[in-house]
Formats: sequence, structure tokens, C-alpha cells
Amino acid sequence: MTSTAGTAPVAVTDVAPPADNGRSRGPGAYLLIIPGLAWLLLFFVIPFYSLVATSLYDPSGSDLRGYDMTYHVANYWTALSDYWGPLLRSLLYGAIATLFCLVLGYVLAYTIAFKVGRWKNLMLVLVIAPFFTSFLLRTLSWKLILADDGYVVDLLQTLHLLGDDGRLLATPFAVVAGLTYNFLPFMVLPLFASIDKIDHRLIEASSDLYANSFVGFWKVTWPLSLPGVVSGTLLTFIPAVGDYINQTLLGTPNQRMIGTVIQSQFTDANNYPIAAALSMMLMVLILVMVLFYVRKAGTEELL
Amino acid sequence: MSQVAETATPTEDDATYDGLRLRGVTKSFGSFNAVTDLDLDIPRGSFFALLGPSGCGKTTTLRMVAGLETPTAGTITLAGQDITYARPYRRPVNTVFQNYALFPHLDIFENVAFGLKRRKVKGIEEKVREMLDLVELDTQARKRPAQLSGGQQQRVALARALINEPEVLLLDEPLGALDLKLRRAMQIELKRIQTDVGLTFVHVTHDQEEAMTMADTVAVMNLGVIEQMGAPQDLYENPETTFVANFLGQSNLIEGAIKSRSADIVVADMNGIDVSIPAGRSHTDGDRGWIGIRPEKVLIGDPGEQLDAPGNSVPGGVVTDVSFVGVSTQYLVRMPWGQELQVFQQNTGHRRLYRTGESVDLSWRPEYAFLLDISQDASAGADQVDD
Repeated sequence: MTSTAGTAPVAVTDVAPPADNGRSRGPGAYLLIIPGLAWLLLFFVIPFYSLVATSLYDPSGSDLRGYDMTYHVANYWTALSDYWGPLLRSLLYGAIATLFCLVLGYVLAYTIAFKVGRWKNLMLVLVIAPFFTSFLLRTLSWKLILADDGYVVDLLQTLHLLGDDGRLLATPFAVVAGLTYNFLPFMVLPLFASIDKIDHRLIEASSDLYANSFVGFWKVTWPLSLPGVVSGTLLTFIPAVGDYINQTLLGTPNQRMIGTVIQSQFTDANNYPIAAALSMMLMVLILVMVLFYVRKAGTEELL
Repeated sequence: MSQVAETATPTEDDATYDGLRLRGVTKSFGSFNAVTDLDLDIPRGSFFALLGPSGCGKTTTLRMVAGLETPTAGTITLAGQDITYARPYRRPVNTVFQNYALFPHLDIFENVAFGLKRRKVKGIEEKVREMLDLVELDTQARKRPAQLSGGQQQRVALARALINEPEVLLLDEPLGALDLKLRRAMQIELKRIQTDVGLTFVHVTHDQEEAMTMADTVAVMNLGVIEQMGAPQDLYENPETTFVANFLGQSNLIEGAIKSRSADIVVADMNGIDVSIPAGRSHTDGDRGWIGIRPEKVLIGDPGEQLDAPGNSVPGGVVTDVSFVGVSTQYLVRMPWGQELQVFQQNTGHRRLYRTGESVDLSWRPEYAFLLDISQDASAGADQVDD
């Protein structure tokens, strides 16, 4: 006891107050965030407020007669009971498309990062190349590819994989295929960034430590690429769930997605409160799912 | 080609050798030969160092033993088993990588347990604890590699390899990233662990001092071939090539013509002065050669002074440079034939210091001299002593 008592004062003097390593923050530092804040206020906070307000308007109004603010929370209930089908369908299509993107994108990103050597940059340009044409145009060309008299349907019919009057266009398959195609680059790029960073020597170390290439992949490559998997799936899933162009061009009105519903409520039905309520619900739903997902994946640093 | 084919089949002798044996191992990358026809025997339980400058093929050799590279020709056997083409994860060999290659997503415990888990060994928890105790990291088990210092990371890398009790532990410049003081401490630590566990260590390094202090046997490698192999003091005292003479420490190499050879002594004419070299330290059959002498073996004295070195006495030097380094004084002495020789004199206090411009005589005992082949480059390895 005496010895510990004797060393105690030494230990105390050892613990010097932590030096302030942070750079001094003058008013200049705060001035720098003003443009960002202004941008957020103008393009996020104000529209968001407007959306929340709209979702609580009296539903009996119209854009001709104007809306009254009645805090009509029942809008949400109406929206949900009328459109829970498209909402669930959107989540389902989005999830399936994200899964397809993940499988295709991982293989592609892995190949580009580790296998193509000096062709790496060219391959990356090819991944981004579709962005040089418009989203709408690319989706329209899928309409031609999957058309009833197109090559794909012909081939599948010849192989008897599709019945004589079977079709691809206007099916859930076409919608999911369109979503997968359109959002694949959003999956590939973050995955590539993550996989490309992996030190090859770690994979060598795993094989030195008795892991065959399969085990080495699951124990080393995959966990190290998780940040890319998480950001890739988020960048794919979030826009895919809310997308309405693929559904409109490649699907049928019988299998509407929530994006299509919101779009038609805003522009065709002029039912602003319901459209706003649907938008809010979609947003909150996705936010909760993302939070849960990121927490689960253990990559909080992404948020 | 037929020779390659012959060496490529393990002989009966190989099957009974219990250490690590390389026979005729060649590794080419395109037209470049990183390792050429390498023969190497590393006895079980030894601490073996592969020493050489960057790009000499030592790391390639190590990677072939680990299975991370496949030899272009030749065989590698370990305890009688041919492992030339075995996958890395099937070899009883583990590596401590140069940059440690610790898994950043796993904590220290999981890093160390990695090999055992892959082999589904029982009692992992206990074994990892014991190993972490050995490298004095038991309190850091739940930290990530990035939270540790360089020396601690090095010990994790060592623990992660050692815990698998490999037949051979390969160390690829494991101390290169550490500062000098920590490096010295880790050298002693590594040597202690090797003695404790009794495994075969193959240590690759470009640091000649590190190789000499740690290893039982040192192989000096240059341009893909082994220049000389042996105990550290043998290599230092009796180098067989100019590269070894210059890479391990420093040497004065003076051209001379062979005058006579007898059973135990070779006499050479060194610019008009007769010097003798023991026959066992003569490594050339030609009529000319490089007479080599280590700077600390050369004695320096006033002209005409009787120095304690009967035999090779070289008069007529002029001091051109003096560096006082504390334990010793290093002189550069210009000889009558124009060459500058290095002389290291211990500062024992018995000898006086010489100043630049003073005339001196040099002398050395014949048994310290060595004779090398004149066709070799006298400056080989001299500029590569340290990175």
C-alpha cells in the first residue's frame, strides 16, 4: 500500500492537462459554413417545411380554390390505406433491384479493382459512360430492347423460355431490370472505391494464415469492402424505391410504384395533401430503414 | 534445360533432410531473373538470415518459400516434403510481413486467432492469451491494429505467425519500419523468442548489423545469387568476394600480383611491397588479385616505428582525412601508389592522434588479410551498405 501511495503523486503529475491540439477557431471558420447553410435553408429546409405543411392541408381544397391549413393528420391515414400496395411494391422492387445491383456490381467492381490491370481507367469510364445520355432516353431504349417483337423476346421464345404470347415489357421483370440497369453505376463506383483500397498484402496474409481463397474472401475482402457495400446499396436503394420513370415506361398501371402514385397525385389528380403525405411517409420509412441498416452493418462513420 | 529437369526432381537425400532445402530455384519475371539457380540448406531450428541490398532477390526467395510466388524452376522441400507448388494455405510456414499486414477490421485477439480459427484448432482462447502474454500485449487484446504503436503492431504480426507453430517462420524485414532504439530492442526480443520456441527462423534483411547480431547463419545475396554463406564472424573475417567484403562492414582492397604460392601461404607483390596472405583466405587462382584488409585491422604509426605487426608493413602513407567518432578515430591515408586506405584506430589512449598531412606507416598482421579475385568489381556492394 505504501508503494502505491508513494507512486500516486507521480501518476498525478504524469497526467498533464491535454494540450489543445485543435486549431484556434476564429470567426473566419464560422463564416465559411454560411454558403452551405444558406444552400441547405433555401433548397432543403424551406421546401421541406412546405411539404410538411402541404401534407396537413384540408384535403377538400384544390389549387384553384386554394388550401386551408387544418392540421388534417388523417391525410396520412387516407394515403396509407389507399396506397399501401404501391408503397410495399416499391420497397420490394427497390430491394430486388438493389440485390441484383450488388451481385453484378460487386463482381464488376472486384474485377476492375483487382483483375484488369492497366485497363482499370478505361473500364471505369465505360461504367460511367451511360451517364452521357439522358436517363429518360436510356430507359426508353430498354423499351425497344424488351419490346414484344424485339430480339430478346424472340430469342427467349425460340428457346421456349417464354410462351408464344409471353412478353417482357409491362411486367415486373422489366421494371426491376430497368431499375437494376439504371442504378448499377451508383453501386459499382462506391464498391470500386472500397475494394480498390484493399491492400493486396492482406489477402496474401490470409492465405499465409491457412485461409483458402474462398475463406479469405469472406474473412478479409468482404468485410473490408463493407463501407462500399453499405454506401452502394444506399445510393441504389433510395432512388430506386422512389423512382417512377422505370415503372411508367416499362411497367403497367396495374403495378404502380409509390413514385408513380406521388407523381400522378401531384400533377394529374392535383391532390397535393395526399401526395405530400405519401412523400413524407416514403421519406420517413426510408430514413428509418437506412438508420437501422447502417447501425446493423456497423459502419456508423458513413452517417 | 536437362540440368534444370534433373534438379527439379527431389532426390532421396532431399526426402530425409529435416530442414528447409532449396534446389536449383529460379524465378523469372519476364526476361528478368530475380533469383537464379539457388541452392540453400536451412537446418531445422536455426536462425537463418538472408542478407542483401534491395532488389537482390531475397524477398522473392522468401515469397517462394511462403508459396506467394511459384518458382520458374527448381524444388523446395521442407522436412522431406516437396512443397514447391503447394498452395500457401497448405504449407506449415508462416510469414511476418514487412508492413505487418494486420487485418484492420479485426481486433488484436482476432488477428492472432486468425490462423488457428481457419484450422479449427481447439482451445483457441487460451492459446491466444498465452501468445499475447509472450509478446506482452495481453492488455491490448480488444484494440484495433491502428490503435497500436509500430513496435506493438510488429509484435502482433509476430504473435499471429508464431501461434501457428509453423515449421518455418519467415520474417520479411520485420524491423524495417521501426526506429533504431526499438529495432535493437526487438532484435534481442526476436532472438529470445526464437531460442524459447526453437522454430526455424528465416529472416530477410538489408541491414548487415541486424543479420550479424541475430542469425546463426547468414547468406549474403546479390543479383539473384548467394555470394557467400556462413556464420557471421566467418563471413566478416574471411569474405570470399568483393561484394561480401564491402557489404558486410568495410574493406580496403588493394591490387597485387601473386609472386608465390605454398601450402599455407600466398605471397603477393603489392605495388612493390611483399605481403603474405594465409592460403585458406585466398579465394583466387589467378596471377593477380585484390588484397583485402579490414580498416580496424590496420595499424597506424610514425614512419619507421616498430608496430606490433610483423609481416605486412606498408610505409610511405600521408594522412588525408581524420574523423574522430568517439570510440575510434577513422583515418584516410594516401599511399605512395595513390590509393586512399581506411584505418580505424580504437581510442585506447595509448596511441596518439595523427593530423591531416602527417606521414605515417601502416601495418597489419598477415593472418587478417584476404585475397579476392581480380575480375570482381572492387567497389561492389560498397555503396549499398545502408538504405
